[in-house]
Amino acid sequence: MDINTITAYAYFFLTVFLVVGTYSYIYHLYKNRKDATGVDYEHYSNMALKDDIGDTPVKPISEEKAPTKGDKEK
Amino acid sequence: MENRPLEYDYTVAKMFMFTTIVLGIVGMSIGVFIAFELAFPGLNTIFGKTIAEYTAFGRLRPLHTDSVAFGFTLSGIWATWYYVGQRVLKVSMAESKFLMFIGKLHFWLYIIGVAAVVVSLFMGITTSKEYAEFEWPIDIAIVVVWVLWGVSVFGLIGIRREKSLYISIWYYIATFLGVGMLYLFNNMEVPTILATSPIGETDIGAWYHSVSMYAGTNDALVQWWYGHNAVAFVFTVPIVAMIYYFLPKESGQAIYSYKLSLLSFWGLMFVYLWAGGHHLLYSTVPDWVQTMGSIFSVILILPSWGSAINMLLTMKGEWQQVAASPLIKFMILASTFYMFSTLEGPIQAIKSVNAIAHFTNWIVGHVHDGTLGWVGFMIIAALYHMAPRVFKRELYSKGLMAAQFWIQTLGIVLYFTSMWIAGITQGMMWRAHDEFGNLAYSFMDTVNVLHPYYALRGVGGILYLTGFLMFAYNIYKTMSARPVEESELQNASPMGA
Repeated sequence: MDINTITAYAYFFLTVFLVVGTYSYIYHLYKNRKDATGVDYEHYSNMALKDDIGDTPVKPISEEKAPTKGDKEK
Repeated sequence: MENRPLEYDYTVAKMFMFTTIVLGIVGMSIGVFIAFELAFPGLNTIFGKTIAEYTAFGRLRPLHTDSVAFGFTLSGIWATWYYVGQRVLKVSMAESKFLMFIGKLHFWLYIIGVAAVVVSLFMGITTSKEYAEFEWPIDIAIVVVWVLWGVSVFGLIGIRREKSLYISIWYYIATFLGVGMLYLFNNMEVPTILATSPIGETDIGAWYHSVSMYAGTNDALVQWWYGHNAVAFVFTVPIVAMIYYFLPKESGQAIYSYKLSLLSFWGLMFVYLWAGGHHLLYSTVPDWVQTMGSIFSVILILPSWGSAINMLLTMKGEWQQVAASPLIKFMILASTFYMFSTLEGPIQAIKSVNAIAHFTNWIVGHVHDGTLGWVGFMIIAALYHMAPRVFKRELYSKGLMAAQFWIQTLGIVLYFTSMWIAGITQGMMWRAHDEFGNLAYSFMDTVNVLHPYYALRGVGGILYLTGFLMFAYNIYKTMSARPVEESELQNASPMGA
């Protein structure tokens, strides 16, 4: 098999892999509706809507670091 | 001072808002001038023959493209990054002296880079690669500016309070990585002073000159892989980042489907990078590369429309806002133009259509309905949304904004319709032949026919520029308008009559 044939096969299987990967991702998103931490994907929109520095994060990086009302008034 | 509540710090965002407006005016003014040069060639020497070198179309054209793409648009991307980034990560630039320093350094080095580009292009110093005309010393400076932005992006992400990254942040990261990769590979060049010619000459050219490391067809392939993806990662990806933040925020509506935004993102990332080959149809690049470029361009409709439809559906049940707010009008028309140009592009990439469209004004029309309608309108809308919040003032005039919207929309319509007619006329005339295969028309015949459309395009450009000056004035007056209370700013931007 020359290099061109190998490239062609590699390209074909890469495309198949990516198509299968994309459709599996879509299936996964819509079947589970929530991510591994139990947050509904649609709630992530709130990251833009509630984005004041004192707002509670959708998923705080840590409890201590989340700014609270007190933090805001400091 | 210690008792002041923690606030977002928009210092760097404001600096980039300023360059967005100034470089927008410069780039669009040059664009209007060279549009009229094409219609009325006498304008090439209007300032006298002695300086005709500097006012001729060929010298000014790269200044137009680079100042709107890498001046106006990049500044807009950065202005919005330094605003959106803090807000969706819920962390203030004021919390890190280091990031504030990097942000300011990013701005000032960018200004130096812009000055170097303007001077060198005016002097006619160019690598002659489209959208990559800068010689190697400037390329190195641009890489430094880009890395500084990267430090800002990942630095802010590093100190965030919100664990998940909002979809806009994904798009900003993709912009950073995409442009970084494209720019490095396309600008691989050898300073001529270090090179030896085939006949053994050394010490060739000035110190700042260079030649591409690639040659012939390979150079063309890398160039259009870069050129088309500059459209992807400067004119599409970061603008999608903006609309995913500003439209939901201004309308107070959650994104119609966050899941759709995630899969459109991966779709766009996978497909876009393969589409550049459509710039080289019927050339010496291998046939399969050309076919692949065409096919991927058509597939690209799916992720593009995925984002655009997601934005239109975000307004479901809230269409009265489009009628009521000129700011929302700008964003809805921007996403409509996004749909429109991402349908037009794939059509032009089909081989048989490309046989007529290639090298004609239809391509110019396509670029401009995308850039004026989608990129321009979205950046204008983003700055209008940001202005009341960064200056803590209400927008100076809603009426002026509405008038600007209609004047610019008319300008865009005149621009793309005249270029459609001009392009298809040109393509058909070039191909026309008699029964013996002799060409029916000379090149000059096409130039004569196109004159009215060129003039019309110039008028479209003037209208768009007029609207942009109204925008600049509105933002300038906003800085001294009525102050607003913080609580008024939740969603819809406050606007004076």
